[in-house]
Amino acid sequence: MYRHKYRVIIPFLAPAVILYLLFVIYPYGRSMYNSLTSWKGVSANQPFVGLYNYIRMVNDEFFWNALKHNLGYLVFLPILTIGLSLFLAFMISQRIRFSKFFRVTFFFPQVISVISIGVLFSYVYHPTIGIVTSLLQGLRLEPFFRLFGFEGIPVWIGDPRTVRWAIGSVVLWQTAGFYMVLFLAAMEAIPETFYEAATIDGATRWHQFWLITLPLLWDTMQTALVFAGLGAFDMFVITRIFVVSGSSTGRPADVLGTYLYEQAFEASRFGYSTAIAVSLFLLMLTLSVLTMRVTRREAVEY
Amino acid sequence: MIRKQTSNFRGKAITTLIYVFLSFWALMVVLPMLWVIFSSFKTDKEIFFSPWLPPAKLMWDNFARAWSDAYIGRYFYNTLIVILPAIFFTLLFSAMAGYVLARYAFPGNRFIFFGFMSGMLFPVMLALVPLFFLLQSFKILNTHFGLILVYIAYSLPFTVFFLTGFFKTLPTELLEAAVIDGANNFQVFFLVAIPLAQNGLVSMGIFNFLGMWNQYILPLVLLNTSDKYVLSQGLAFLQHQQRYQSDWSGLFAAIVIVMLPTLIVYVIFQNQIQRGLTVGALKG
Repeated sequence: MYRHKYRVIIPFLAPAVILYLLFVIYPYGRSMYNSLTSWKGVSANQPFVGLYNYIRMVNDEFFWNALKHNLGYLVFLPILTIGLSLFLAFMISQRIRFSKFFRVTFFFPQVISVISIGVLFSYVYHPTIGIVTSLLQGLRLEPFFRLFGFEGIPVWIGDPRTVRWAIGSVVLWQTAGFYMVLFLAAMEAIPETFYEAATIDGATRWHQFWLITLPLLWDTMQTALVFAGLGAFDMFVITRIFVVSGSSTGRPADVLGTYLYEQAFEASRFGYSTAIAVSLFLLMLTLSVLTMRVTRREAVEY
Repeated sequence: MIRKQTSNFRGKAITTLIYVFLSFWALMVVLPMLWVIFSSFKTDKEIFFSPWLPPAKLMWDNFARAWSDAYIGRYFYNTLIVILPAIFFTLLFSAMAGYVLARYAFPGNRFIFFGFMSGMLFPVMLALVPLFFLLQSFKILNTHFGLILVYIAYSLPFTVFFLTGFFKTLPTELLEAAVIDGANNFQVFFLVAIPLAQNGLVSMGIFNFLGMWNQYILPLVLLNTSDKYVLSQGLAFLQHQQRYQSDWSGLFAAIVIVMLPTLIVYVIFQNQIQRGLTVGALKG
C-alpha cells in the first residue's frame, strides 16, 4: 500500500523536526555547555572555566536566598492547592445543583493569562486602592495583625514578611480550579456500583470518600503532586510582575527563575545564569522522579 | 422513624454547608474579576475613594485611552499577527508529523516521537540565553517572524504528541479506500486524514491559542522595542509606567481588554478547554 513511503515520511517530518532541533534542542544542549564558560555575551569567545560557575553559585548568598523561597513554596503550595481542589471536587461531585456553574467558575482563572492576573493582583493588594486591605479594614482586623507584630493591616507585596504569602495565594487562587477539574474527571471514572455497595454496607459519604474515592484517585494525585511541585519551582511571572510594579523589592521575593533572569538579561552574566538554570532543571527533574518513586503504589484495576 | 429524621436533618445540614463553601470560593474567584471590570468603568477618583461601589457613570473613555494612548490596540494587533500564523503552522506541521508517526513504520519512528516528548521535560528558562543569541545571529531577534518560529517550535512537542495519538485512533479503512481510489499520499493526508482529525485539530488550536496568548517569558526576551510588543508584554510595560503617572482607570481598562478574548474563547469552548488542558496533564 505505502509505496515510496519515504517520499512522504521525509517531507512530512522535515518542517517539524528542523524547527524543533534548531529552536528547542539546540538551545537546551548549548545551555549545558554555556554553564561551563564565563561568557559575557559581548565577544564570540567563551572562556571555558569548568565547574567554576557552579562553585560560585554554591557560595552566592542570593542564590540560596532564591532557592530557599522556592523550597518554601514547595512545602506549602502543593499541599494547600491539592487539599483545596480535592475538597472542592468532592463537594461538586455530591450531585448538587449548579454544579456546572461552580465548575466553570472555578476553572476560569486557569485560562486568564498569568500576566493579567499578576497585574490585577498587584492592585488587589494595593495598600490604598486594593480590595484586600479595605476588606480587612472593614472587618476591623487591625488588632489581629498587631498580634503578629504588624503596624496594622500589612502592605502585603511591599512587606518582606508577607510578599511570598501574597504571591503564593495568587497561585493557589489561579490553579485550584485546574486541579479540581483533574480530580473530578478521575472521580467520574469510578463506577457507581462501588458507592452503591458501600451505601448498603452503611458507609457515610465521608467514609466513602476516604475508603473508595481517594485510593482510586492515586494516579491522578501523583500527577497533581508533580505538577504542583514543578509550579513551586516556577513562580517567575507573578514574582516578576510584583517586583517590576515597584510594589516589592527584589530580594525578599526572589525565586530562582527571577534571579537567573536578572543575572542573564540585566547583568549579562550568561555563563553564570545558565549554571543556575541547569541547577533549576536538575532540581525539577529530581523532584519529579522522587515524587513518582515515593508515591508509587500498586495500581488498582477496575 | 426518629433515626431517619435525624439522618435527614444531618444530610440537609451537610448539603447546606457544601453550598456555603462552594459559594464562598465562587465569590473569591469572581470578586477580583468584578472589581477590575467595575474599576475599568470608573474615574480615578471613584477607584480611590469608593472601591466597593459600582461606577456612577460608565467611563467608556478609559477604554479609548487604553486602546490608543497606551497602545493596547497596537499590542493587540501585534499579538494577532504573531499567534495566528504561529497556530496555523503549529497545527499543520504537527499534523503532518503526527500523521507520519502514527501511520508509517520506519526505523527511528519511536526515537523521533520520544525526541519530541523530551521537549516537555525542560523548563523554557534553560533555553532563553542561547535562543536569544541564535535569533540574533539569524538577524530575526526583535522581529515578529522570529517569535512566530519560536512559538511554533515550542508548541510542537505537546501538539505532535496529542495528534499522533489522535491519528492512531482514526479508522484505517477510509484512508485505504482513498488509496485504492487512486489518491496519492498527499491527497490522502489533506483530503481525508485532515478532515477526519478535525476535532483533534480544534482542541489543539484552542490549547495553543491560550498558551500563546498568555505567553510572557519568550516575548520578554525576544522582542525588545515597545512598538513590537505583544499584549502580555505591553500590559506589564504599562503597569511599569504606572509608577510614574497614575492612570488607574486606563490600566484597569487595559487589563479587561487583555482578559476579554480568553474569556470569550473560554465561554464558547469551555468543555473542550477543560478536557484538553486536563487530558494534557494526565497523559504528559
